[in-house]
Amino acid sequence: MEPLKYEGTPKTPHVHFDPRSGLLELKGRSIPENSIDFYKPLIDWIDKYGREPNSKTAVHVQLEYFNTSSSKCILDVFKRLEPIRSAGNEVTVLWHYEADDEDMLEAGEDYSGIINIPFKMIQIAEVEGE
Amino acid sequence: MSGMLDRVHDLYDELERNCVLLSFKGGLNPELISVILGLVERKLASMENDQRSRKRVFNVVVECLQNLYHHNRQKTSTDEPADQVREPQGVVMIAHTATGYSVLTGNFMAGSDVEQLRSHLDRINGLTPDDLRDWYRAKLADGQYSSAGGGGLGMIDIARRSGGKLEYGFVPYDQDNAFFSLNVNVNT
Repeated sequence: MEPLKYEGTPKTPHVHFDPRSGLLELKGRSIPENSIDFYKPLIDWIDKYGREPNSKTAVHVQLEYFNTSSSKCILDVFKRLEPIRSAGNEVTVLWHYEADDEDMLEAGEDYSGIINIPFKMIQIAEVEGE
Repeated sequence: MSGMLDRVHDLYDELERNCVLLSFKGGLNPELISVILGLVERKLASMENDQRSRKRVFNVVVECLQNLYHHNRQKTSTDEPADQVREPQGVVMIAHTATGYSVLTGNFMAGSDVEQLRSHLDRINGLTPDDLRDWYRAKLADGQYSSAGGGGLGMIDIARRSGGKLEYGFVPYDQDNAFFSLNVNVNT
């Protein structure tokens, strides 16, 4: 299975999903007008990855901004990871937020309250690529 | 012509007095939204030291512009050829105020949708910040997408970041359409 790689743009995040290491990265901003189009390939990739997942999957989310249309899509990404975990694999979401960005911390807590995957909240100085 | 020229100074004066960061009226497309967001970000970076406030204002502007883009009614669509696709029309103004920032937007919408939007906004305005968060979370979790893809989270998110009540108004335009105005005060 091939890794999924997108360069970040002013409206869409840098994406690097690596099936060998089980490292899934989403970094930067997610504020496109049509989030469903952007996230569809990511969700399809995870569905495929779920058939032969790494025993450990770490999802690094490090977003500076995301819009409400992305928020539903990000939830879908997490939801596709739940069955991988219930099949006995280790899945963790590492939710990064800037030290003074309480809103982003709350957003991570919102997801963690909905999704049945352990979340680690990680405080950072600044989102990369600003 | 001199009348028009005088108005240039008046316009400058008015924008200056109201501490307007940006004002735009016209058709919107994703590229133009990117340009506007870039401008807003640059201005905020130079005038707002508090990063949290900067992010909140930027987030509200993102949601408001995307609302204009997605929820827009072509008021003159009946007069135009069916194959001609017009960009969503809107007006936006962002100003610095005594208590923070004001993000004003306006667009045309179907008159038949007015009552639904009004009750949605009234419900939001009647909730405490904790209730808003609970409602946001419940709507996020329900797995439903709205026609614009947002699942009806936009206005709730705007209200959460504003920290105040949403000010809005509807002006009937013609038989089928109304003009919707929204003022979001982001307190800093």
